[in-house]
Amino acid sequence: MPDEVKLNDMDSLNWVGTRPARPDGVDKVTGKARFGADLSLPGMLHGRVLRSPHAHAILKSIDTSKAEALPGVKAVVTRDDFNDMPSEFVPAGEMMVNYRDIVRNVMAREKVLYDGHAVAAVAATSASIARKALKLIEVDYEVLPHVIDVEEAMKPEAPLLHDDLFTVGVEPAPKKPSNIAKVVEFKLGDVEKGFGEADIIVERTFNTAPVHQGYIEPHACVASVNADGLAELWVTTQGHYVVRGHCARMLGMDISKLKVTASEIGGGFGGKTVVYLEPVALALSNKSGAPVKMVMSREEVFRASGPTSGARVYVKVGAKSDGTITAGHCELKYQAGAFQGSPVQPGAMCAFAPYDLENVDVIGYDVVSNRPKVAAYRAPGAPISEFGVECVIDEIAKKIGMDPLDIRMKNAAKEGTQAAYGPKFGPIGMISSLEQAKAHDHYSAPLGENQGRGVASGFWFNIGGETCVTMNVNEDGTVALLTGTPDIGGSRASLSMMAAEELGIDVDKVRPMIADTASLPYTFLTGGSRATFAGTTAIIHASKDAIDKMRARAAQFWDVSIDEVVWENGEARPASTNVGDFDPLSIEDIAKLANSTGGPISGRAEINVQGAGPSIGTHIVDVEVDKETGRVEILRYTVLQDAGKAVHPSYVEGQFQGGAVQGIGWALNEEYIYDDNGRLENAGFLDYRIPVASDVPMIDTVIVEVPNPVHPYGVRGVGETPIVPPMAAINAAIEQATGIRFTELPMSPPKVLKALDEAAASGGDD
Amino acid sequence: MQEMRFEAPETLDAAVALLTNAEGEARVLAGGTDLLVQLRAEIIEPALVVDIKRIPEMLAITQASDGGFKIGAAVPCQALGENMALKAAWPGVVEGAELIGSTQIQGRASMGGNLCNASPAADSVPGMVAAGATVTIIGPDGEREIPVQDLPAGPGMTTLTKGEVVAFINLPSPAPNSADAYLRFIPRTEMDIAVVGAGVAVTIDDVGVCTAARVSLGAVGERVLLVDECAAALIGTPIDDAALDNLAAAASAATRPIDDKRGTKEYRTRVAGVLARRASIIARDRVGAK
Ligand SMILES: Cc1cc2nc3c(=O)[nH]c(=O)nc-3n(C[C@H](O)[C@H](O)[C@H](O)COP(=O)(O)OP(=O)(O)OC[C@H]3O[C@@H](n4cnc5c(N)ncnc54)[C@H](O)[C@@H]3O)c2cc1C
Repeated sequence: MPDEVKLNDMDSLNWVGTRPARPDGVDKVTGKARFGADLSLPGMLHGRVLRSPHAHAILKSIDTSKAEALPGVKAVVTRDDFNDMPSEFVPAGEMMVNYRDIVRNVMAREKVLYDGHAVAAVAATSASIARKALKLIEVDYEVLPHVIDVEEAMKPEAPLLHDDLFTVGVEPAPKKPSNIAKVVEFKLGDVEKGFGEADIIVERTFNTAPVHQGYIEPHACVASVNADGLAELWVTTQGHYVVRGHCARMLGMDISKLKVTASEIGGGFGGKTVVYLEPVALALSNKSGAPVKMVMSREEVFRASGPTSGARVYVKVGAKSDGTITAGHCELKYQAGAFQGSPVQPGAMCAFAPYDLENVDVIGYDVVSNRPKVAAYRAPGAPISEFGVECVIDEIAKKIGMDPLDIRMKNAAKEGTQAAYGPKFGPIGMISSLEQAKAHDHYSAPLGENQGRGVASGFWFNIGGETCVTMNVNEDGTVALLTGTPDIGGSRASLSMMAAEELGIDVDKVRPMIADTASLPYTFLTGGSRATFAGTTAIIHASKDAIDKMRARAAQFWDVSIDEVVWENGEARPASTNVGDFDPLSIEDIAKLANSTGGPISGRAEINVQGAGPSIGTHIVDVEVDKETGRVEILRYTVLQDAGKAVHPSYVEGQFQGGAVQGIGWALNEEYIYDDNGRLENAGFLDYRIPVASDVPMIDTVIVEVPNPVHPYGVRGVGETPIVPPMAAINAAIEQATGIRFTELPMSPPKVLKALDEAAASGGDD
Repeated sequence: MQEMRFEAPETLDAAVALLTNAEGEARVLAGGTDLLVQLRAEIIEPALVVDIKRIPEMLAITQASDGGFKIGAAVPCQALGENMALKAAWPGVVEGAELIGSTQIQGRASMGGNLCNASPAADSVPGMVAAGATVTIIGPDGEREIPVQDLPAGPGMTTLTKGEVVAFINLPSPAPNSADAYLRFIPRTEMDIAVVGAGVAVTIDDVGVCTAARVSLGAVGERVLLVDECAAALIGTPIDDAALDNLAAAASAATRPIDDKRGTKEYRTRVAGVLARRASIIARDRVGAK
């Protein structure tokens, strides 16, 4: 844990906490912003991927000769064009991926493992020729039995996806392979003892559906490889350095040979932290000698890119009749998709994290099945486990006649709480968010017939990581701010505000840019709610560097020592009247003096940022249930969440609102529908139902500010926590409106109506 | 590779001639909100596309002296909503059309296209069927007029023959003391496809008794259904709870839905009754409000 820093004086801030217009706003509203598919190069080819129609099959042979013979086709690649890679785990956002698996996910090798798995790719002079060429590729599949459901996949007799997958984390190590990749466990105290002390025990099993990140912009890239091996890649991604690393590895290139530029990004939510098309586009470009553009269709996005896990979640909680929780136990079975690596570990760590408990035991299973490999999605794993726990806590509160906020307050984690997953918490916002929820007028507003109100809390760690920033002081004293984290949620605005604050200049004088991989050292991706937290931390360091250099220039100009120069309000000033009677030198003045005092000036920081503070939030939701159709309407929604310090409050609110809306979709309608052959039936936004704007009310927000003590302004990450509470809050609200406790997501109209009808038939009460 | 030919004739006769003489698959293009999606998804690969939006009568709404309406097949839904006379006469037909898509889609999508695309879930069709609308079809052998419900043959299939175009949708003048309504169920609030749709048109006499009714259900069969049993449940009653219960039961009984990703059989059957009931209440109350 890094040291606490002296907190800035929050009353004298010029920019932090204000709401200036975002620097990328005009481009976005005028359509000028260039996204992944918006780059075209001379002589560029169009690449398309042939995808498996089978959920599970041996790839016996692939004959591409007819496709290669089609006029206009310039390159075809298959598994033969990629080197196999040994098993090696590397971080992908907040999750881990294995190179042996990535190479197989990007292009199937021995087998296809899900409907939509890439089998071959073509680059041609037009998209329609590429499309036609795909139809000429002959693939000989030997179809195997498949398995979709997580519990089915865990059975010993289930179809086996990988015959070399042996469960890790069990003693003794299994002798037979299975679909269970890993077992993890987090324990604190003695749960048996805890359950023994309980006056009430509630246990429930929940099913959650896999849900897609649903970014509006599909995966897209343009790759260009020269004959001398130098290559460029333009791509929509959350982390272009990470893409560079994966691609260089897969294609056997030196990292210096590959320059990756991040385009504007139309949403990622964790899903753009891995590679799909990028190595394929590079391979096609390498083979054809021309630039190759590849853009996924929405159908491909659904069939072949990562959702987050669906899961089976068993929760058992014991409490005293005064609401004190005595023990919590949880068993998590997460779908990983076709390759190991579900977010079950963070899910297990977060399950009871909002609470100060003595006895906890969480066990998690990472299970492969014939679905697309999961990718990170906002607070990966946490919404699933915390959904189960929050539902059970709500049920206990109802059974003992306690207010659902009060039971959480009674058990809330606070500074000094020992978390089951290891650390002792610093200051955190659970209690503050609950107190503000209780005081909010939403919580006491009257409800009508068929309406219900629910609350739930949520926790996420947040991360720091490698972060580089360069601030170039231009000749006129304005600042070019280079950062390496793609801007997904308004981070350019927040980062330029922090630079303006620290330098003491107008935010309009700072021009933020996302640098390509050749222009800054390695910077980890935008994920883990780190871009603003880690970015502002680096900017504070870089500003100090720039300011020190400018003080030195002023000292040189005045012929005094640097200690005799201070930086105040964007100016170098003599530290005291003893230093001499000098007019202050503004950043503009110093920029003009730069050449005569030694040359151009910049400030830099290249650091591994530590000490991200967890963010905790509480949500309140009102629903109305149409008892004749089972439709659930969201009437009112309030998010109260700890931001530490909101740099640009509008974008903090935007994160709260976006997370809540995605959670509403997860709760009510989103699911993957497979047919009997394991083919995805709803690979499009018409039948994969994310909420549309008219489905949700304005999401009200309250920014709670419990400063993170390791950041000079107290900043915490905020982007992921808001997707954690919605499912349980809506579940509780539906329970209040109907008397029925749902245990399966989504709580879609057919399921709700069926349960209502069954409850009515059995005499009303459940 | 096959090239697609695009034509935009200015007369109906020219359109019919193009379609009649086409080699390979030929398609009419109205608003294109179905056609372009299907082209992009490679569901269809026509050799000829004939845009009918340059034909003036295809974009016109005219009201005859008897109060009936003749609506060009390519009139965008937005224009239907802006026609106050049509909206006053057939509010249910217009509300069905106005449910299609979003603002952007409304500017292009037509009832003609909605009908000829022949989706059982098409939102404007149950309203037209309940209203007793007909279509005028023009083809190489001249003109014919058929009830709207006879145009679709099944999902994606129509009874049109080669060279034929739907030219007009004809809505009669509503009888005195009549009104109609359309309701659909979707899991979201818009940009979704009907899981069930119900169109109802009723006439109610001076003492409050229903004298005529037509009830149509969408998305519960291979095409939009006109359900006489539902009408019978309303006629002769004050459209009270008892009548509405009978109507709902008749609606559920008339469905022949499939289980698919958009809804289970069980769910569609149940909700068809609920929606028929709710739409009937709206239509009844509209008569009362006149
Ligand atoms: C985003 C989106 C949302 C949508 N939402 C809805 C919705 O809520 N409800 C709903 O019902 N539909 C919806 N649709 C589908 C579509 O918009 C409607 O079916 C629309 O009414 C089609 O009309 P169009 O004029 O665009 O038809 P087109 O696409 O031009 O034509 C549709 C079909 O009919 C044929 N055709 C068209 N006109 C004629 C004619 N005069 N004679 C013979 N054949 C003809 C065409 O060849 C084609 O096969 C939606 C579509 C999109 C893209």
